[in-house]
Amino acid sequence: MATAHSRTAARLMLAPATVLLLAWMLIPLCMTLYYSFRRYRLLTPERQGWVGFRNYENFLTNPAFRDAFVNTLILVVGVLIITIVLGILLAILLDQPMFGQGIVRILVIAPFFVMPTVSALVWKNMFLNPVNGLFAYAAKGMGLQPYDFLSQAPLASIVGIVAWQWLPFATLILLTAIQSLDSEQMEAAEMDGAGPLARFRFITLPHLSRAITVVVLIQTIFLLSIFAEILVTTNGGPGTASTNLTYLVYVESLLNYDVGEGSAGGVVAIILANIVAIFLMRAIGKNLDA
Amino acid sequence: MSRAITPRRKAVNTALAWALGLLIFFPILWTVLTSFKTEATAIADPPVWFFFDWTTENYSVVQERSGYFRFFWNSVIISVGSTLLGLLIAIPAAWSMAFVPGKRTKDILMWMLSTKMLPAVGVLVPIYLIFRDTGLLDNVWGLVIVLTLINLPIIVWMLYTYFREIPGEILEAARMDGAGLRAEIVHVLTPMAVPGIASTMLLNIILAWNEAFWTLNLTAAKSAPLTAFIASYSSPEGLFYAKLSAASTMAIAPILIMGWFSQKQLVRGLTFGAVK
Repeated sequence: MATAHSRTAARLMLAPATVLLLAWMLIPLCMTLYYSFRRYRLLTPERQGWVGFRNYENFLTNPAFRDAFVNTLILVVGVLIITIVLGILLAILLDQPMFGQGIVRILVIAPFFVMPTVSALVWKNMFLNPVNGLFAYAAKGMGLQPYDFLSQAPLASIVGIVAWQWLPFATLILLTAIQSLDSEQMEAAEMDGAGPLARFRFITLPHLSRAITVVVLIQTIFLLSIFAEILVTTNGGPGTASTNLTYLVYVESLLNYDVGEGSAGGVVAIILANIVAIFLMRAIGKNLDA
Repeated sequence: MSRAITPRRKAVNTALAWALGLLIFFPILWTVLTSFKTEATAIADPPVWFFFDWTTENYSVVQERSGYFRFFWNSVIISVGSTLLGLLIAIPAAWSMAFVPGKRTKDILMWMLSTKMLPAVGVLVPIYLIFRDTGLLDNVWGLVIVLTLINLPIIVWMLYTYFREIPGEILEAARMDGAGLRAEIVHVLTPMAVPGIASTMLLNIILAWNEAFWTLNLTAAKSAPLTAFIASYSSPEGLFYAKLSAASTMAIAPILIMGWFSQKQLVRGLTFGAVK
C-alpha cells in the first residue's frame, strides 16, 4: 500500500505537469479575453482603450466570419465523412488474407507522416496545377479542358488534400479494431445464413462504433485548426472561399495587425470548439466507459 | 483466421489492396521520383516515369542556395528538444498517477485531455505578443517551450497507459525487500518502463516534426524549421518542381522511416490508449 510518504511524493511529482498546463491554459486565455475588449492595433499601439463588445461586433458582423464558419464546418465534416467511409472499406480489405499485407499497410499509412506543408505543396503544384499538374496532363490526354482546382473549387481541393493526410489514421485505427473482432462470431453468423452485408451491418459496424467515435474525436480536434494547408495553397481565397476560422483569426491578428479583433475572434473560436468538445466528450465518455 | 479462403479470392484481395495502396502512396512516390529529374523533365508532358537521366543535382542545389541543413537542424532541435523536455515533466506525473492513484486521478487525466481542445488560434495573439516582448520570437527555444506544452497531455496519457500495465505487485515486492523510492524507480520500474517511454518518444518526435501552426507563426528566417522552409516554396518564384521535390523528400524521409517503425504505438498513442 502507498504510505503517506509516497503519497506526498506522488503529489509532488504530479505538480510540475499540472501547474505548467494550467499556466499554459489560463495565462494566454485571460490575455486573449483582456485584449478582446480593448482597442489595440499594432500599427497604432499608442491608441489603446476599452471598447466594450465592439471587437466582437466587428468580428461577428464581418461577412468573412459567416464564410469562415461555414467553411470550417464543411472542412471538418467533409474530411470526417471521406476518411471514415473509405477508412472502413480499406480496413475491411486489409483485414483479408493476402500477399504482402505488411507492405500494403506501410504504403497506406505513409501520408500521415508527411508534414502538412509538404503534402499541400506537392498536391498544389504537381497534381492540381492547371498548367503543369498531372491532373491537367491527364485531362489534356483525354481531350478535356484542364480544371483549375484551387481557383474553381478551393475548399473541395483542400478537403481532398486533408482527407488524403488523415485517411491513413482512420484506416489504421479501424483496422486495429477490426482485427480484435471475434472470428467465431462471424462464422456463426455465416452459418446462420447471414450475407456479407448483414454481417457488416450487425456485427462489424457495432464492433467498430468505439473506434469510430475515437477517430471522430481526435480528427475533429486537429481538423478544427487546419492552417498550414490553407496558407500554402490558397491563402484562404479566392476572396474568403477557403478561409476557415483559424485562418481568419490569423489574418485579423497577424496580417491586419488588429490585436483586439483577432482576440475577439480567438474567443469565438474557443467557444465554438468548446461546444463541439462538450458534445464529443459526452459521446466519447459513454463509449469509452462501456 | 480459421476460415478457408480460396486462392482466387486471395489473389483478388492482393491485387485490389496493392492497387489501392500504391494509389494512396503515389503522391509520395511521385515526389521522390521528381526529385531526381531535371527541372525540364519534371514538367514534361506526357510525364516521364522511370526512364530519365537520374540526377542528384537538385539535392546539392537545395543545400547550396538555401542552406537546407540549417532548417533541418532547427527541426531536430525543436522536435527532439521538446520531446525530451516533455518526457522530463511527464514521466513523474504519469508515474504517480499510475502507481499512486488518488480520487481525482481520472479527473486530472480528462482535464489534461481537454486542454488539447483549446484551439491554438485562441491563444495565438497573447503568445505572439509575449514572445515578441521576451525575445522568443524566431527563437528555436521558444518553439521548444510551446511544442512541449502542446504535446504534454499526449505524452502524459501515453506514458500513463504504458505504466498502468506494469504490475503493481512487483513494486510491492521490491518495497518489502526494503527498496526505497529511488531504488524502486532505478532498478525495478525503469527497465520495465523503457519500451513505453521509447515509443512515446518516437511518436512525439513525429508530431513535433510535422507541427505546422506554431512553427509557421512564430518563426522567421533564423529559427525556421523544415515546415516553414517548405512553405517558402509556395511563392510563384518557388515554382521549381524538382527542387521542391528534393527539399520535400529530405524533409519527410527521416520521419517516414520512424513512422513505419512506430505503427503499432501510433494507434495507441493517438487514441490515448482507447484503441490498442
